[in-house]
Amino acid sequence: MADNKAAPDAAATPEQSQGVIHDIGFRHYDGPRLGRGWIVRSLLAETFRGVFGFGRPARAKIMPWILVGILLAPPLIFALIAVLLSLDALPMSYTAYLPGMQFVVSLFVASRAPYCVSRDLRHGVMPLYLSRPIRRNDYVLAKFAGLALAMFAVLAAAETLLFVGALLAKLPLGAQITGYLQGLVVAVLLSLVLAAIGLVIAAVTPRRGLGVAAIITVLVVLSGFAAIVAVLLTRAGSASLGNYLGSLDPYALVDGIAVSWFGVDSAFGRQADLGLAGGVAYAVGATAIVAGGIALLMRRCKKVGIA
Amino acid sequence: MSAIATHSLTRVFGPVTALSQLTVEMPTGVVGLVGANGAGKSTLIKILLGLLPPTSGSVTVLGLNSVTNGLEIREIVGYMPESECLPPDVSATEFLVHMARMSGLPTDVARERTADTLRHVGLYEERYRPIGGYSTGMRQRVKLAQSLVHDPQLVLLDEPTNGLDPAGRDEMLELIRRISTDFDISVLVTSHLLGELERIADHIVSIEGGVLQRSTSTAAATQFSGMVLVEVTDRGPDVAERLRAMRATVTTGAQSNSFAVTVDDERVLDDIRAVVVDLEVGLIRMQRGRHHLAEMFATQQEALHG
Repeated sequence: MADNKAAPDAAATPEQSQGVIHDIGFRHYDGPRLGRGWIVRSLLAETFRGVFGFGRPARAKIMPWILVGILLAPPLIFALIAVLLSLDALPMSYTAYLPGMQFVVSLFVASRAPYCVSRDLRHGVMPLYLSRPIRRNDYVLAKFAGLALAMFAVLAAAETLLFVGALLAKLPLGAQITGYLQGLVVAVLLSLVLAAIGLVIAAVTPRRGLGVAAIITVLVVLSGFAAIVAVLLTRAGSASLGNYLGSLDPYALVDGIAVSWFGVDSAFGRQADLGLAGGVAYAVGATAIVAGGIALLMRRCKKVGIA
Repeated sequence: MSAIATHSLTRVFGPVTALSQLTVEMPTGVVGLVGANGAGKSTLIKILLGLLPPTSGSVTVLGLNSVTNGLEIREIVGYMPESECLPPDVSATEFLVHMARMSGLPTDVARERTADTLRHVGLYEERYRPIGGYSTGMRQRVKLAQSLVHDPQLVLLDEPTNGLDPAGRDEMLELIRRISTDFDISVLVTSHLLGELERIADHIVSIEGGVLQRSTSTAAATQFSGMVLVEVTDRGPDVAERLRAMRATVTTGAQSNSFAVTVDDERVLDDIRAVVVDLEVGLIRMQRGRHHLAEMFATQQEALHG
């Protein structure tokens, strides 16, 4: 951007000093107009960049990068521990790491989802998008994909650091590759589910600050509530029901998928083996959250017409 | 070719009829759309952009069917909403580059055209500052710029002078005029101020309650009325009397020193001069009278309500 700024000004000054104004008039554009595909990709890229504060003022970069820093620090420590204590596995598994850091992950989605949609809704930018050669739902899909991809980039970076750390600690390669891939699947699922939840809440709370608070509250309350219900039901002897209700918490839901698909240990210490039924039920639950979230977003944007 | 043509266009929202049997052709150039709030202007704009299907009837915009070719229309049409529509935390340059890309321009072209367009609407150094700190006039310019940045063939401007002070209003009107004459882009501009549209529009369309009231070219509506307005420094009644004696038709008004003379023959002008010289009074003005659009609408209102 900086070089762009300098060029026209530098060019304008000598002309003005000589008192000559070169008005070249309005120039028309005969070149190609790229279609919907390009526009949606551009909107997705802009959303992705915006999540990390690129192309925004410096203060927009502070929050996301602090959270990314917090999320990426523990893998380095784990690697160090593994080396120093000569462990044969990481102190925390790939699939358990992200649910274990859930508060940081929640903060990240809470602080970034409102940026993606409530700005456009609050300041009435939607009519400008609607007047562009895209369809209404293209906007929703681009915003969702942009946030989900940004989430995945962060979560996958954490998983990758875990993997690199494990390699540096010379842990057994085969197990590490399997774990890493499982961790990436968890990252994908978490990104999709959290992006859907975050965007829906952000879309109904046009004030950004309120959106942040609402998302973090919903995620924290859901986690706490689900954990209590799960513990109580397990103690009362119905561990299966406890497991199912426990996955009202999106992190536990994704963890449940990892447990039933990969046979890894639950990050939440849930014991009951739900078998195939659990694997299917959790997958259906996650799909429903994502599809339902996108449908709600589309409905919300449908209401916002041209004034 | 007309820029916009509607045929029996009707749009119904439940019990409310927003547009009723609207058949109108709007030529290229500047077309003014007049109507009170709720007259159906916004509904018409939504239909023109292909965002709302009509209940019945047909619309073509630049020769494209708005029901089936919405995407193609929005590629070559620009829209400036009446409402506030700018995010405060980005600069005008960043915002315009983004909106240009959203219209399908490649990034390098978007940058180039952004700089050009902002210069044309009169935004210079301030274009690198966040929009949040702009005045109403500057915001209106940014809103206008985003409708022009992709080089459309037609722009739809919804109440572009809203909230501007008189000087800002004049500048905005001048800019809109230039969009048509210098940029060669057709304009459909809505306003509830007829006087504004009279100054810039080539053609005026008025709708009321979703029904077409009138569609006329501004030139036809404001043509020479056949009267010349005369104002003298003194002895107005005497001057009028002498002119009547010379068989001129004189209409006197409230002010004694100014009156209108019907010009059925160019010699009347010589007579006026001769009388003024003869009576040794000063001539302040002799001006060809023109019809005003307001007269047309005034008579129409009287016809409607009387």
